Amino acid sequence: MANEALKISVRDLHKRFGSNEVLKGVDLGLANGESVVVIGASGTGKSVLLRCILGLVAADKGEISIDGVDMKSTGRAKREKLRRQIGVLFQGAALFDSVPVWENVAFALLNGTKSQRTSRKDARERAEECLALVGLSPRVGALLPADLSGGMQKRVGLARAIAADPAVLFFDEPTTGLDPITADVINTLIVERVKAMGASAISITHDLASAKKIADRIVMLHEGRVIWSGPATELDQSGNPMVDQFVNGRADGPIKMSLRA
Amino acid sequence: MNPVLFFQIIGALTLDAFRGIGMLSVFITNTVGAVLLPPYYGGNVMAMMLRIGFNSLPVVGLTAIFTGAALALNIYDGSARFNAETFLPQILSVSIVRELGPGFAALMVAGRASSAMAAELGAMRVSDQIDAMRTLSVNPYHYLIAPRVLATTLALPVLVFIADVIGIYGGYLTATLALNFEGATYIANIENFLTARDVISGLIKAAVFGFLISLMGCFFGYHSAGGARGVGAATRAAVVGSAVAIFASNYVMTSFLISV
Repeated sequence: MANEALKISVRDLHKRFGSNEVLKGVDLGLANGESVVVIGASGTGKSVLLRCILGLVAADKGEISIDGVDMKSTGRAKREKLRRQIGVLFQGAALFDSVPVWENVAFALLNGTKSQRTSRKDARERAEECLALVGLSPRVGALLPADLSGGMQKRVGLARAIAADPAVLFFDEPTTGLDPITADVINTLIVERVKAMGASAISITHDLASAKKIADRIVMLHEGRVIWSGPATELDQSGNPMVDQFVNGRADGPIKMSLRA
Repeated sequence: MNPVLFFQIIGALTLDAFRGIGMLSVFITNTVGAVLLPPYYGGNVMAMMLRIGFNSLPVVGLTAIFTGAALALNIYDGSARFNAETFLPQILSVSIVRELGPGFAALMVAGRASSAMAAELGAMRVSDQIDAMRTLSVNPYHYLIAPRVLATTLALPVLVFIADVIGIYGGYLTATLALNFEGATYIANIENFLTARDVISGLIKAAVFGFLISLMGCFFGYHSAGGARGVGAATRAAVVGSAVAIFASNYVMTSFLISV
């Protein structure tokens, strides 16, 4: 269960690409052990928010803190160390297609910083251990990512995300492109792993079944702002017309989606 | 045309140009830093040397032998106009080691390896693999860019040396089989005329070409965006950029190497 200390805190985050202001003052908190899911229509800034927290995109304004340390004002080494606590499962799994599956899982252990690196033998053992945790046999380790199905790639991506035993896990559209059964398997794995590791998690998804299954709390973004935040159990009774429209998948309502660019 | 629109276009193009120069400057700085400073990924450098250097040998060799053969015919035909056919070995060898060997080998590697680098890094960029690498605390400049740049810079002089030998041999075949030159005299003329300075200047050019080719391939691939179309554009830009960089730097280096 979550405790009150914030693992990650985002305050008044702004990000603009040219004339398009994607994030317009986002506030988000993630408590220790909490699982937050960010939902919202396409183009509302969910992925940009995740990328800003990961340091892959520089925010224009606002504050991002990990363990109470402001990422902007702290030194690079400390910043890298704090971000090393985060494991990420990317939307398309983002596996390195030139190396076998086990090397993907153990990538940070083989190629990361001095403090992360282990021997090749230990790295392989850890990779096989992580593959087992996501329901894959050690035999899969010798295959190349291209030899795997979409669901298996997601599992390998999850194994890679947990290999360094991170304190926080990020899931970017973890079930997109998967059939409902495989999606449920991935959701179950996410819930199990996050609980087993005692980790905090931020996920972004369009998949409401997935959101309800893995979230303690759900946050909805619309046009770069948080418009609703509450327990996952209250999503269907949010009382917010935009959330209702999104949850019920209606074209009519306060959220106007343009069909033309 | 609306004058305001005209100035808007000029302004946008200028900003784009400066943005490009800025991005390239940052990329070069990061790349040089990654080549010089640890961590080093020796295995990646060796793999790239094999892929870029060794695997380019057949195409570079074929180009060199036909270039040497055709050059011999051209030199013979041109020099016959002022009864200087006997200088064919000297002119051919110096042309190859100073200019054609480095130039053609670099163009072949640009077409083969620079485009491959741009396509591979571009695909990694658009499929989030480069971002994934960063989240795993692995610096893509150290892991991906530095090995490619280092491998190409080291491999191209070796390739060019081999191309020089094959190119001169191509000229030898034409001269002895089609132009009635005596083989031993042909070789002796080259030995007496060609200096170490000629060869070394070609190899220096090759190293610089290697650096520029890999830099173009990596730069455009690393910054590609917009899915498959973006990767295609990056590949095209890498080959064009490499070719322009080869020709432009060739003139600058030739001026410098002749003057020293």
